[in-house]
Amino acid sequence: MARMTLDELRAFRDSKRQDLARRDVEGKDIQIVVGMGTCGIAAGAKLTFDALVESLQKRGLENKVLVRQTGCMGLCYVEPTVEVIAPGMPTVIYGKMTKEAADELVQKHLVEGKLLDNHIFDRPAADIVKK
Amino acid sequence: MHYEIVDFVIDIVQNSCEAGASLVDIVIDEDRNGIGFVVVDDGKGMDAAQAARALDPFVTDGVKHPGRKVGLGLPFLKQALEQVGESLKIESEKGKGTRLAFRFNTRNLDCPPLGDLAGMMVTVLCMPGPEEMRIQRNREAYSYLIRKSELIEALGNLEEVSSLVLLKKYVRSQEEEGEELWQG
Repeated sequence: MARMTLDELRAFRDSKRQDLARRDVEGKDIQIVVGMGTCGIAAGAKLTFDALVESLQKRGLENKVLVRQTGCMGLCYVEPTVEVIAPGMPTVIYGKMTKEAADELVQKHLVEGKLLDNHIFDRPAADIVKK
Repeated sequence: MHYEIVDFVIDIVQNSCEAGASLVDIVIDEDRNGIGFVVVDDGKGMDAAQAARALDPFVTDGVKHPGRKVGLGLPFLKQALEQVGESLKIESEKGKGTRLAFRFNTRNLDCPPLGDLAGMMVTVLCMPGPEEMRIQRNREAYSYLIRKSELIEALGNLEEVSSLVLLKKYVRSQEEEGEELWQG
């Protein structure tokens, strides 16, 4: 199987762009930020990232959400953590993320506008609290 | 502790990004006995004393999280390398950048599993900060070069889900061709 070339990649992207142009495309004002510090990596944050991308694709939200990475957000004891910034919802940091929680996040928080109560963590670890 | 070799690499590249690098070069050299990585950045660098202290698990830069009392990324890597009889080479110059070189002896029973190399490349390419990232992947006779700038030019914003999906497909297909040659 021959590997994909950059031209082929561009062609895929352009064909997707045409599809998007036909639909009503809203601005990307929803962001999910995944913590990728040492703590996050060790706890499997890259799997959380992948699960979020998969869920967003599955539920047709690919054009509305940006998925970004950052370093340690200070909640090492409940990694993997993700921060969700969505209009109309409070900005929250969810911890103890799993593949199931990622899917729940997309469905409950983003689609239904409900918080995932047992995943909310707003207190950073004791050793990084500002003195 | 990190589980797969790719986890250590992600950690190291994240360090480069946090050091303010605008360019990160990653070279991956794989043969039947092991896999080596060289990560070079043009971030803020360290003087000799800082570089020596960086390997201490109780040392961190003091800036990221002022009250933090641990900095585990490099010590984790150093420990994993020692388990396979290898060592970590750090070269750094304050104000210029840092170069890390290490190799995992994959024949050693204590070597961690490699993990998903294609996935690792997508992760590091999407780290905010560096305008350019070059990944040179060598696997015996097979090799390819990935440039973040070219991918942004082809895909646009890498943080869009549709870009991420295509990016993964692209990197995976480079790896798949290499895998066929490796097995064949």
